[in-house]
Amino acid sequence: MKQNSVAVVGAAETTKMGKIPDVSVIGLHADAALNAMADAGLKPSDIDGVATAGISPVELAHYLGIKPTYADGTAVGGCSFMLHVRHAAAAINEGLCKTVLITHGESGRSRVGASGFARSPSSLMGQFELPYGVTTPPTMFTIPVLRYMKTYGVTEEDLATVAVVQREWAARNPRASFKDPITVDDVLNSPMIAWPYRMLMCCLVTDGGGALILTSADRAKDFPQKPVYILGTGESVETPLVSQMYDFNSSTAFRISGKKAFDEAGIKHSDVDHLMIYDAFAHLPLYGLEDLGFCKPGEAKDFIRERNTAPPKDGKPGGKLPLNTNGGGLSYMHSGMYGMYALQESVRQMRGIAPAQVEGAKISVCHGVGGMFAASGTVIFSNEAKL
Amino acid sequence: MPRILPEPTPETRHFWEGCKAGELRLQRCTDCKESYFPPRAFCPKCGCREVEVYAASGKARLYSYVINHRPRPDMGTEPHSIAVVELAEGPRMMTNIVGCPQTPEALVLDMDVQVVFQKESEEISLPMFEPAKG
Repeated sequence: MKQNSVAVVGAAETTKMGKIPDVSVIGLHADAALNAMADAGLKPSDIDGVATAGISPVELAHYLGIKPTYADGTAVGGCSFMLHVRHAAAAINEGLCKTVLITHGESGRSRVGASGFARSPSSLMGQFELPYGVTTPPTMFTIPVLRYMKTYGVTEEDLATVAVVQREWAARNPRASFKDPITVDDVLNSPMIAWPYRMLMCCLVTDGGGALILTSADRAKDFPQKPVYILGTGESVETPLVSQMYDFNSSTAFRISGKKAFDEAGIKHSDVDHLMIYDAFAHLPLYGLEDLGFCKPGEAKDFIRERNTAPPKDGKPGGKLPLNTNGGGLSYMHSGMYGMYALQESVRQMRGIAPAQVEGAKISVCHGVGGMFAASGTVIFSNEAKL
Repeated sequence: MPRILPEPTPETRHFWEGCKAGELRLQRCTDCKESYFPPRAFCPKCGCREVEVYAASGKARLYSYVINHRPRPDMGTEPHSIAVVELAEGPRMMTNIVGCPQTPEALVLDMDVQVVFQKESEEISLPMFEPAKG
């Protein structure tokens, strides 16, 4: 895509977050969409492009009374919204539409109007994974990790440290689900879910939603909010079966998506002020830091332990690469498809309004995963019209 | 509660018939010689449709796993392994490691394992792996 040609002009999460038993899935989409439209000063009739996952873009458009010339129903799991941003930017540049609404809503905890997770017994997963007792993501997303731990000497303490540092960020965010400090021992003594994974190494399960509105950069300056420009994007998909990942020590999809986004943006890693890596589980920031090229293979555990991604503490300054500053899926919220909340935090950081604002941040990298290492999407944002 | 079982498709039937007959059947490309899994009617490496089915050795090493402490209702009540083994022929597959305690001490990465077939129904026997003997 063309750098800085498209911008985010509306961004919002659902009015409530966490436990929302009185709103259904499509209601959460609509609440987030209306909040984002209010943020941008727009009405549904101003929107001519829609994108969503979880529900169909047809349901979304009709529910909000939008008659679009562009619809994207890409659904590859929790990073679908990164792909929606990428596709929307291309569509706007190509003239398919002018103003795209991207929504997410999920009743992950209350399951109001939510569909099930059933897989057909004749699907590849139904034939070659389900018979062995895989259930929820803690029994699937974690499958490659013992191999990664052996390859690089990563310990359970290293995994726990990821959760501890993210809780420090969550403590700075009033909307975070969990804000109380935790220690490595707390994590290692939390209930066993699927060894080596304990409860505090796994994401939350909550209700919520979010929405983004994108338009061309030349229109963006006429909107009420500070525009957040899209500098580069990437995407890839890998496998529907976590057991068939090409490499258990690295996500091939992460590497392809990240490299594409960095190449498009034309930036170096040292240019990045703020980073979001979708953290459904404690190992994902480790894989992300390595596969995006911020750390060499096996070095992310040291990078995090040495507080390079941490907030200020005990009078010492924060690390050089603030990571998951909303508290992440481990402590902020996780409805099921968390990617939208990572994007929201990147936009807040670029607008300069995040609860744990990184002072002077100009470039934010937002990296998502879909399924169990099935897919990936990366969006690089900037708050400067031209770098 | 009966165990959740696979439903074979035309592209995978040879694999499940092999399991029923006590044979772990893989496919191999006749052109590039790549062995692959899961089953399909062409080679995923080169796209060639000329592939052959053969009986694998059943030998593998334990590649990675978790021990699920919250078993699915059809999997009983005790913690159990959900593992990936790397077959001697190259491909990896998900399985359960059986015939040993379901503990980190007994389930050592890279240990040699051997296929066993657990009969679940008239049609389906599931390939599982146990520590190699001798």
